[in-house]
Amino acid sequence: MQRRSFNKAVAGLAAATALSPLNRAFAQSQKLKVGMLLPLSGYLGFIGQSCKKGSDLAPGVIKEMLGVDVELMYADFETNVDTARTRAERLIQEGANVLVGPFDSGAAVAIAQVAEQRGVPFVINIAAAPQITEQGYKYVFRNFQTAIDIVRNGLDLIGDLFQATNTVPRTAVYMHVNDTFGQAMTKGIGAMLPRATRLPFKILDTIPYDPASKDLTVEVSKAKASNPDFVLLVCRLNDAILLRREMVKQRWNPMGIISPGSPGMYEEQYFKALGKLSEYSISNVPWYNPNAKLTKVVEKAFNKQNPKDKLEFHGLNAGFTFEAILIAADAFKRARSTDPKTLADAIRQTHITDKMMLGGPIKFNAKGQVEGIGSACVQNRNLLPTVVLPTNAATAKPVFPVPDYKKA
Amino acid sequence: MPFDLVANVAVAGVLTGLVYGLMALGLSVIFGVVRVVNFAHGEMMTAAMYAAVVLFTAFGLDPFLAVLPVAAVFFALGYALQAAVINPFITRPEHSQFMLLVAISIILVNGLLMGFGPDAKNVQLDYQLESWALGKLLFDKARVYAALLALAVSAALFAFFRFTLTGKAIRACADNHLGALVVGLRVKHLYSLTFGIGAACVAVAGCMLILLVDVTPVLGPSYTLLAFVIVIVGGLGSMGGALLGGVLIGLSEAMAGLFIAPSAKSMFSFALLILVLLFRPQGLLGRRT
Repeated sequence: MQRRSFNKAVAGLAAATALSPLNRAFAQSQKLKVGMLLPLSGYLGFIGQSCKKGSDLAPGVIKEMLGVDVELMYADFETNVDTARTRAERLIQEGANVLVGPFDSGAAVAIAQVAEQRGVPFVINIAAAPQITEQGYKYVFRNFQTAIDIVRNGLDLIGDLFQATNTVPRTAVYMHVNDTFGQAMTKGIGAMLPRATRLPFKILDTIPYDPASKDLTVEVSKAKASNPDFVLLVCRLNDAILLRREMVKQRWNPMGIISPGSPGMYEEQYFKALGKLSEYSISNVPWYNPNAKLTKVVEKAFNKQNPKDKLEFHGLNAGFTFEAILIAADAFKRARSTDPKTLADAIRQTHITDKMMLGGPIKFNAKGQVEGIGSACVQNRNLLPTVVLPTNAATAKPVFPVPDYKKA
Repeated sequence: MPFDLVANVAVAGVLTGLVYGLMALGLSVIFGVVRVVNFAHGEMMTAAMYAAVVLFTAFGLDPFLAVLPVAAVFFALGYALQAAVINPFITRPEHSQFMLLVAISIILVNGLLMGFGPDAKNVQLDYQLESWALGKLLFDKARVYAALLALAVSAALFAFFRFTLTGKAIRACADNHLGALVVGLRVKHLYSLTFGIGAACVAVAGCMLILLVDVTPVLGPSYTLLAFVIVIVGGLGSMGGALLGGVLIGLSEAMAGLFIAPSAKSMFSFALLILVLLFRPQGLLGRRT
């Protein structure tokens, strides 16, 4: 071999060697593996399944939107914080490039620790405990309101509700689940309610309870005995059903049940389990914009995948879950890599304006938190969760007090 | 605190406690005779709750009517389980019996998960949301029906063990195993019969409880624990003790929820358990051995 040919061959070999990792990385980067951590069973099982409806449709819609391939790897953490931690570890071991989930604040705290230790990006779909994004984590991102934001928006909407219905309730009983989310909400309400000048009602009693409780007789008896005008409720799903049933058994008809921002009363299972008894319950929660372009696309895919179901029942769960995967896919598209650090940096630079949920663009602050997510006052009407406030997004007028209201 | 509030909560606690008592009665009967602690007790009750849901969904059968077929099937299954699986373990060390029944409970939970999925199931009947009013006192209809049936089944069981020849033979086995063998009683058959009766009790309790709570496959272990607390408080092996224990636990949980904090309900049943273990280890109505 001549010297010139040898040099060419060496250069070619060197170039091939140098480029081969890139080729490999590029080949590997053709698909984003998303580890989905959801409570598909346990007492949050119904809500986990509802979130899954949003993730199930995400790969198809995102492929159309961004041309990116997304592979979902599901893990059911069974509504158990310890299981959430181990499932997160396993998903990372199995090759998940990014984690998404988990609906529950307690589980989110546990998964965030794993994600941070292992250096894998974690996009939270739904979980409100403020401390999750207050730890200085580099790989944890949340596209959902913190409990403080939920309470602030929720209380504002209660003020709007009283104004719109021209009512002035003087007293309330505050009932709440005593899990991580419930405690965070209670802290927020305790801090903000005394300063809310548009809400002159007095909290007569505060009743915490176990979200996995099988019987709420005592709790409802105590609440009824304090004779409030209405019930301010921070609940989950199963307990909300139990509580409503118990109110009927105890023949208690207050002005209404208002959640300043918790799941439960707008969920499909609430309507299925209670039928007409689900009517008029009010939830002030982050909600989707029915008029957004992306909502129409998602709704079409949702109806195709769930022909017997309606997006209204899953708007919050499915919407935020879809958006969390969208954030990861959008970052992946820009980063052109599944390298965790590169992916995390790309997520930090997210700026998505074409979105489904109410509020401003998806943009993370230095703590990894999206600010400016909007809430709506959602009232159960004709067995559907219906936006009644703010007026510009409303499809019906609010009803308060409820028609069968009787002073106890 | 207003009297009507205390009275209403107490009534609910006692009524729920009676159903708990019926559930624990099965455990107590089995232990009293066979001397095997049924660690699959709560899981068996969960299976009975699912059976009631299936009968309601498929045939619209009210759980009160479902009691008969479900109890009959559970009696047969209980008999077969004792005869085929547990009897060979009677003379083996207690840890072997423990492992056997824990294995059965795990199989039951996972079988139910495979069969019915993880979601909560229930029955929906009009009277579940109705109540009777007596002045300011409210009586939840479903709870009253369930408690009355629990009392009736308990009374029938007392009568069976006291007045029938088979019942007396079962008591003889419990009192003196060797003596029972000497006089020619078919002890293993009587053990199987007892396990069948215990399983039927659990089936009735399950059919009643489905009127009060939704069922999930993982509900079993918490009810196994509750049944243990009840029978230890009432006296392991004492039928009257099981009922009394159930009522005391139901009442103490309700009162603790009312006077202290609703989230501290279970804490009080365990506190009661510790007190009984400290000051009357044989249970309130149990016999000192």
